[in-house]
Amino acid sequence: MKRLLAILLLFLPLTIAQAQVLDIGLVVGNESALPIAVVPMPYTGSNLKPDTDVAGVIRDDLNRSGQFRSVPVDTIRGFFADKPMPTRGSEVKFSDWKLLKQDFVVVGRVIDESDGGYRVEYELYDVAKQQRLIGLFDSGRGKGLRDVSHRIADQIYEKILGVRGAFWTRIAYVTATGLGQSMQYSLMVADSDGYGPQTVVKSREPLLSPAWSPDGRKLAYVSFERGNSTVYSQEIITGAREVIASFKGINGAPSFSPDGRRLALTLSKSGNPEIYVMDLTSKSLTQITHHFGIDTEATWTPDGQNLIFTSDRAGKPQVYQVAASGGEPTRLSFAGDSNAKASVSYDGKKIAMAQGSGNVYRIAVLDRSFGGTGRWQTLSPGNLDESPSFAPNASMLLYATKEGRKGVLYAVSADGRVRLRSTVSDGDVREPAWSPYRQR
Amino acid sequence: MNNVTRLLTATAVCVALAACSQKVKEAPPTDNGNNNTGASTSGMAGDGKYGPGDLDTDACLRQRVVYFDFDQDTLKPDFQAAIACHAKYLRDRPEARMTLEGNADERGTREYNLGLGERRGNAVSSAIQGSGGSASQITVVSYGEERPTCVDSTDDCWSKNRRVEIVYSAK
Repeated sequence: MKRLLAILLLFLPLTIAQAQVLDIGLVVGNESALPIAVVPMPYTGSNLKPDTDVAGVIRDDLNRSGQFRSVPVDTIRGFFADKPMPTRGSEVKFSDWKLLKQDFVVVGRVIDESDGGYRVEYELYDVAKQQRLIGLFDSGRGKGLRDVSHRIADQIYEKILGVRGAFWTRIAYVTATGLGQSMQYSLMVADSDGYGPQTVVKSREPLLSPAWSPDGRKLAYVSFERGNSTVYSQEIITGAREVIASFKGINGAPSFSPDGRRLALTLSKSGNPEIYVMDLTSKSLTQITHHFGIDTEATWTPDGQNLIFTSDRAGKPQVYQVAASGGEPTRLSFAGDSNAKASVSYDGKKIAMAQGSGNVYRIAVLDRSFGGTGRWQTLSPGNLDESPSFAPNASMLLYATKEGRKGVLYAVSADGRVRLRSTVSDGDVREPAWSPYRQR
Repeated sequence: MNNVTRLLTATAVCVALAACSQKVKEAPPTDNGNNNTGASTSGMAGDGKYGPGDLDTDACLRQRVVYFDFDQDTLKPDFQAAIACHAKYLRDRPEARMTLEGNADERGTREYNLGLGERRGNAVSSAIQGSGGSASQITVVSYGEERPTCVDSTDDCWSKNRRVEIVYSAK
């Protein structure tokens, strides 16, 4: 019996990890979203039929962005109940799609690739202009067909909106399951739509603050597995990792520089938390802040010239900017009672942060495009919203909040009009970090 | 436990409770199998010095949690007596080592709360040193908001999580 229990315990964590899928459902919609039809893309090859519904993945991606409203597949099937669905440009009748009130239509098919994988040939049409906008193909093996689908969604998104798509990206987050002594923390990596979650670190002690390297190959994070906080950097594919900082006191808040050569982090080895920059080759440290307050949560501006960080030097936590070589910090946040944990958009114009007013914490974005002290917009309606993380194209943000006793993630469009809830089936989820663009 | 033991234990707990303020959390006495009546152990050894057994029995030393106000690291007067006892314990037993585990409630970001937990740990450390404890006997670790004792988003729960726990790694 004891033996059986031991075996069960061995397998339990794995089972839980596999059950964790981010379940993304639309919370608020965008009325002005563009209508687009993504017609089912049948498999016409002679090998094993792929298990990925390519058109379905594209449809879900476009819907999640909030910029598109894709017509439900049942509507398309109903319309073509007594005639063949188009799978190539020559079969597209624009009058059909005008009748269905669609601005755009995507058709395609899945065929065999000579290497045993699959090839998706697809075309995008502008219905009003009766014009082909894209005619391309993309290939992948087996499960890679989900990646292919996300890349196609990226192409469609970019062609229509003129902004690079960020569907073929990943998200990292931390889950906590169990209670008390059996508490289990996991650092997870999943596709941007929550599919394929994989555990990259598992620990009985807290894990927090995952940060992506700019090439998307590494994650830096904080682990308490040694008793005290320690900063690690880990290769995602191999799982190989190294200790970056394990000084006396706090070792926290890692953030890779845009060129990937340096890491900003928080160390309290001098007696109180200060921002440092480590040269990752030589491991040499440069102290950036010098203040008795709490200085932490540094993140880089896209040009690598500045750090944006949290400090309570003025009493409450506020967001500041300092040159990455050091110097006198400038306060950026002048709204709400407190502001912390900044995430900067790829163009450096928008800074998202957790803004506190009384006991209410929400995600607020400071837009610096217009000069002056900037314009503010609140993007979340919760009470304990924190940890905003911009998608690499800044079209959306991920953030964490608490519902009841459980942590959940939300994705919100940058204009705040579309919000999606993501939950894991077991335990609570926190500390989201959206990856950079993936590289082929 | 027989009835007499139970009664004696209850009496000891009552005395202990009366001796400390309302907000102080008791560290549970460990059952060592012989001296477990709770009331039979004296607070001080014969020479007036604390011994390891006092950690389980002395009402003052059994106060091992110090609570704080929101976003504050100021020590409240309620905890001065306990701090003085633990400082004396460190003076009496140079071989003793303690870890001060700083914690915060869930409000505010996780990394900021690591800083806040450390600040609280340092505040208790300074106070103990101010009462004669040696810095070499004390280690401060901050867990920020990662180790809550209570997970509801309520004032009551938050007040229980804003704390420093005194943990003896060597008695």
